[in-house]
Amino acid sequence: MDGTERPVLEVNGLSLAFGGLKVLNDVSFAVPQGSVTAIIGPNGAGKTSIFNCISGFYRPKAGHILFEGEDIGPFHPPRRAALGLARTFQNIALFRGMTVLDNIKLGRHAHMKTSLLDALCYFGRARREEMELRREVEEKIIDFLEIDHIRNKPVASLSYGLRKRVELARALAMKPKILMLDEPVAGMNREETEDMARFILDVKEEWGVTILMVEHDMGLIMDISDHVVVLNFGQVIAAGKPAEVTANPDVIRAYLGSGDVEALRREFRGEAA
Amino acid sequence: MSGFDWLFFTEVSLAGLGAGALLALTGLAFVLIYKATKVVNLAIGEMLMIGAYVFFSFTAGLGLPWWAALIAALAAGGLLGAVVERAIIRPMLGESAISVFMVTIGLGSVLIGLVELTWGAAPTSLPDFMGKAPVFIGPAYVSRKIVIGFAVAAAVIAVFLIAFRYWRGGVALRATATDQGAAYSCGINVPAIFSMAWVFAGVAAAGAGVLVGAVGGISPNMGVFGLSALVVVIVGGLDSIAGALIGGILVGLIEAWAGTYLGGEYKLLTTFGLLLIVLMIRPYGLFGTVEIERL
Repeated sequence: MDGTERPVLEVNGLSLAFGGLKVLNDVSFAVPQGSVTAIIGPNGAGKTSIFNCISGFYRPKAGHILFEGEDIGPFHPPRRAALGLARTFQNIALFRGMTVLDNIKLGRHAHMKTSLLDALCYFGRARREEMELRREVEEKIIDFLEIDHIRNKPVASLSYGLRKRVELARALAMKPKILMLDEPVAGMNREETEDMARFILDVKEEWGVTILMVEHDMGLIMDISDHVVVLNFGQVIAAGKPAEVTANPDVIRAYLGSGDVEALRREFRGEAA
Repeated sequence: MSGFDWLFFTEVSLAGLGAGALLALTGLAFVLIYKATKVVNLAIGEMLMIGAYVFFSFTAGLGLPWWAALIAALAAGGLLGAVVERAIIRPMLGESAISVFMVTIGLGSVLIGLVELTWGAAPTSLPDFMGKAPVFIGPAYVSRKIVIGFAVAAAVIAVFLIAFRYWRGGVALRATATDQGAAYSCGINVPAIFSMAWVFAGVAAAGAGVLVGAVGGISPNMGVFGLSALVVVIVGGLDSIAGALIGGILVGLIEAWAGTYLGGEYKLLTTFGLLLIVLMIRPYGLFGTVEIERL
């Protein structure tokens, strides 16, 4: 990491436990401004738990999460969303039964200031906000993600790849400063994966949004990420540029496995002690 | 069949429609809560009863004009909804659906007890505030109370349907109903949506209570009306407002026809028969979401 700028997101000493099960143990990393940072690690390493701590669904046992230098620990999820933290989910979480356009517009919810009275009258602020939203959503996000042809379709009727794209569109409507993608290409074919990679890079470059993603597809990670954090059994075992990380023997062992999970566990416990 | 009295049939049907509209309004309160919080609230009939008794206190007790008493009853209903949500339902968050369901049954008993302590167990009637002059639709006679009840219930349901479709809070509620996690991460204040649903449900229930009380009088037993409403929402689908509307009208009509042509003792038989048939064909109700879990 060569950033002299302050990182947009910092995680310091994060620990999380469910009862006696330690999910995260003293996890620290930083997401440099304007980067694509990837969190990788075997299944159950705690990657999604980190996301859930950052978006405020889980209360960590210890540690701090700093967003642009501010400790966001006490904020509930809507407040974090309003600050500019947007995310997608591993198992697509769209509002079924609503159209693509409605789903995307809901992303803007946190930024709307219209009260019930305004909305009922549909005057003034309600009208202005709605118009502004429509323009931005239609001209920018929908065109950008090439989903114009499905805008009025119910999301339930869409293919998996398109749903992922709609979820990305909804996150973009949240005017994010940092976009957290939980396995953006999981279950996608090669063509869909390449499309998604292109969108992620464009979001970073054209929109100036920092990306934090969890992903298993090593090819994608090598191609588009600037910074990689490797997690195993709830601990950070390596961090750095993609090429450095993949050369790290610990990472190779954790990822490819020695075949003996217990041996690995013992080893990590030894290291922690 | 030369002797079939079509005029009488029309009158019976109109009365059924009126009763159905009240069922639909109660069903709406039920659906609002279920949709937002996934709580099956068996105390909805008792919340309705509280609304009716508050109205009774303010008119017969304090001598306020009916519109002021109505506002007070609606406000009390909303307040009751808010208090129940914050004090009883919110702490149960994450508990099994069965536990929350049992808590609402207990809540119903507590509310009945409160009414008996405060107002006594004897049935009484609400002061007449709708007038008595009968209404004729064409040649058919309908009771004025039923016409008013129908009009009010239909208007309220229409407002809710429109608000759900277009008002941002309604859209937020629908979003919360489909996926709480996603809604939360989109900046929707999910706990506030829970409160809002209970408040609106409380208001709708209190309004239904005043109408039901005006038609049939009030008593600590009037909460059983909530059971018919439960049939309505199960028939219509637990999470569908349109389902509550159509289910309400369907049950209202069928009860009226069965009560008139087969005799009063067949009313419940046909209602629950309808319930059984619907459950066999569409276990999630006529308009319900397919993946509703069973209790």
